Amino acid sequence: MSRTLVSVPKTARAGDIVDIRAMIAHPMETGYRMGPNGQAIPRNIIRHFACDYDGEEVFSAEFHPAMSANPFVAFSTVATKSGTLTFRWTDDDGKVETASAEISVS
Amino acid sequence: MRARLALAALLYAGSAAAQAIPAAERRSGTDFMSAQTRAVQADDTANPGMLWVLQGETLWNEPAGASGRSCASCHGEAAASMRGVAARYPAFDAASGAPIDLAGKIDQCRTQRQQAETLPRESEDALGLAAYVGHQSRGMPIAPPNDPRLDAARAEGKRLFETRMGQLDLACSSCHDAYWRGRLGGSAVTQAHPTGYPIYRLEWQAVGSLQRRMRGCMVGVRAEPFAYGAAEFIALELYLNSRAAGMPVETPAVRP
Repeated sequence: MSRTLVSVPKTARAGDIVDIRAMIAHPMETGYRMGPNGQAIPRNIIRHFACDYDGEEVFSAEFHPAMSANPFVAFSTVATKSGTLTFRWTDDDGKVETASAEISVS
Repeated sequence: MRARLALAALLYAGSAAAQAIPAAERRSGTDFMSAQTRAVQADDTANPGMLWVLQGETLWNEPAGASGRSCASCHGEAAASMRGVAARYPAFDAASGAPIDLAGKIDQCRTQRQQAETLPRESEDALGLAAYVGHQSRGMPIAPPNDPRLDAARAEGKRLFETRMGQLDLACSSCHDAYWRGRLGGSAVTQAHPTGYPIYRLEWQAVGSLQRRMRGCMVGVRAEPFAYGAAEFIALELYLNSRAAGMPVETPAVRP
């Protein structure tokens, strides 16, 4: 299943500020809700999001139960060199979901 | 207090004969949304409905069932073969002799051609495929088929749309024909043109079908909702599409 949607400019000039967006399909279940049978729905959220630019971490965020489902993160970074941006979402169980995108910098 | 006043106004409006919306005043639900919601819908990199479209694309190319064939094995590239298809549904299904909606048609393809298990209505996979197929028609005008065999169901849909139901004794037309300039509980009352289905609703935090949306309204007026895929819902969809004929498809739309 394609669970992630990332947006990175394909090309940029060195020194440009580039906008980056990342979205993942995830229920972000808070653990505070009850199901139709009156039983608590167990918590299931993404704890940590990080973005590596050519191996170096340029952005990271801690997520908490108040985040909506399918969390969407937008941030910017400076285009320095051609390379791969890797996105990592780590959930409560430590399971990691990744996505990547290439950027070519001239 | 405001909500109560709005409801009182609604009940009043509902008591007058509902007037159909003149063609020049038809507006998509998107027009009633806040600038922020419209911006989310307009940008494919921010529209969460695109997650379902992407999932649908994966499923489109994935072999399923005993036949070992995928949707793409028969239909090829969806961008070409599915362009404008969603704009024509519901359509007449010669096999069953009854109108069929897009979700039903996808299911029929799966069971009969792919010999696969049916996808339950409102499952992620079913919505993903419907969103993917619907997305191929984006920007195209809704084009209800000009098929006389659909006329009876379309008339039934119009009757249902104008039939009061539930403890609140409201018809769809009480709000969506007579009161679309107003607001209810702070939300815009729209004209009920199904231009963007399956849609992503922020309230659901997921994509849902037009039938899920209609069930929401039915529960809202304390009526017992029809079952998913019921003939009544397909008749209502037929009528809604005939009201919205010519309006561009926006799948996947985003609503609060």
